[in-house]
Amino acid sequence: MGMTIAEKIIARAAGKETVKAGDIHTVTLDLLMSNDGTSHLTVDKYNALKNPRIADVNKLVWIVDHNLPCDSVKTAASHKKMRDFAIEKGIRFYEGEGVCHQVMLEKHVLPGQLIFGADSHTCAYGALGAFGTGVGNTDYLYAMVTGTSWVLVPETIRINLTGNLPKGVYARDLILTIIGKISANGANYKAMEFGGEGLKNIDMAGRISICNLCVEAGAKTALMAVDDVARAFLKDNNRDGDIVESDVFDADSDATYAQVIDIDLSTVKPIVAKPHFVDNVCDAKDVAGIKIDEAFLGSCNNGRIEDLRVGAAIIKGKKVAPNVRFLVVPASRTVYEQALSEGLLATFMEAGAIVMNPNCSVCWGACQGVIGEGETLISTGTRNFKGRAGHRESFVYLASAATVTASAIKGEIATEDMV
Amino acid sequence: MGKIFRFYKDVDTDQIIASQYLLFPTIDEMKEHTFESLDPEFATSVKPGDYVVADENFGCGSSREQAPSVLKALGVKAVVAKSFARIFYRNSINIGLPVIICKDLYDNVNAGDEMELNMEQGTITVGDKTFTCTSLPENLQKILDQGGLIASLNKED
Repeated sequence: MGMTIAEKIIARAAGKETVKAGDIHTVTLDLLMSNDGTSHLTVDKYNALKNPRIADVNKLVWIVDHNLPCDSVKTAASHKKMRDFAIEKGIRFYEGEGVCHQVMLEKHVLPGQLIFGADSHTCAYGALGAFGTGVGNTDYLYAMVTGTSWVLVPETIRINLTGNLPKGVYARDLILTIIGKISANGANYKAMEFGGEGLKNIDMAGRISICNLCVEAGAKTALMAVDDVARAFLKDNNRDGDIVESDVFDADSDATYAQVIDIDLSTVKPIVAKPHFVDNVCDAKDVAGIKIDEAFLGSCNNGRIEDLRVGAAIIKGKKVAPNVRFLVVPASRTVYEQALSEGLLATFMEAGAIVMNPNCSVCWGACQGVIGEGETLISTGTRNFKGRAGHRESFVYLASAATVTASAIKGEIATEDMV
Repeated sequence: MGKIFRFYKDVDTDQIIASQYLLFPTIDEMKEHTFESLDPEFATSVKPGDYVVADENFGCGSSREQAPSVLKALGVKAVVAKSFARIFYRNSINIGLPVIICKDLYDNVNAGDEMELNMEQGTITVGDKTFTCTSLPENLQKILDQGGLIASLNKED
């Protein structure tokens, strides 16, 4: 019986020849990522252990990205606890380098790895052929102490892509279309595996955007086979020499799938997810004209250089609408520097946007750009849950970098062909 | 007996505890904000031994373990739903908060009803009605019985 990519990675991490969906295995983790959302609580739990220890400190990566720069005295105390612990234990520690998943993809993630991240969007790592999955801080701590954990081998939903996305349509529109189709729990406990000829036409930023959002359908992880596009990304980050060829997996032709979905990319349209659920999607045109107070271009989903290029090309020579705040937040220091050298940040600034340091920003709703009662945000962020961006009586629409930028110009929801 | 606090489907962890409280130093400082967006009175009206009952996909979204932790800190005895999102489910077991799958309860009870959960028998009683729950997988039941994943780790050490 053939295996899916998820099964092959778990088999490798469990030291087995084969595994199948439904099995429970003990695995050795390759990397363990934690950010400032929960690390202070992990430290407290670590210090209360009977026999505190770290199995392999070289596998740990800790990243401050959620409330950065620090927003309050309470946060400062939690950050200090995390920072002091990381320094004391010799954990690789980043602060100001970018959003955790972007930093991980640029610097650490490799094909075939099994990675726990104390953040639900860890599934983004599938764009590089790695099994990333989100865990809470107790699972994280157990893995940190023992180097291992248990996993239930997930069933896999296979998504076969053909064709090309039309002009003005992006990977973000594709993944919102898929989540709308299968619903917020359509992939609960499952892996989502993407393939087909159409995948070759999607760039690395688009692939990360797709994998990153799969948790919004409940997915345990998202996976793509490693091809020339993924290898070029690793080469651009000077890491192509780190690839372990025996860990580069593709699915077997006779692998077993729980469901197979075929999508012709040429049929995808600009999509918006309406409040307060990510699967509450519609054609962007159907909500065009809804007034916005703020627009956000950034996050682990759409803060990459490709997204900033899309936004800058749309807004060049135009202005942000009066009384609208347009937040532009590159996903990492690397992206920021690239955008600076390409003149993209100057374009945004000239248009009246607010360009900010790499961090999770308003996607996380607890730091920068929080919106008030009755306000509306259009965002490339990951979620539009009630109150996600601030006041519990506020509204978040999710869309592509193009739709968000066009909306910032119009002051109301709009697609790029409308500005 | 405990009182039922009833919520709908796809309740995400942002609703259980919002982002702006997650970096507070301790769970005890966060817990008064539990379910603030959906029921601002929840944290003051819930009593130890009460229950949270919900429709499908309870706890979706963020992996924040603060979500089951604030429920446990307020004394919620168990969360009973038609289904749970994966990470919330695992987190709850890990911290020793029972999460019970019961397909029939939600549609047959009202907020404020008194219910009793018998974990060993896998049954829930509300008035004269009895509901059967799905039993936990063996490995998870073992973690729960030991008081959570850290308690079980300390026991191994």
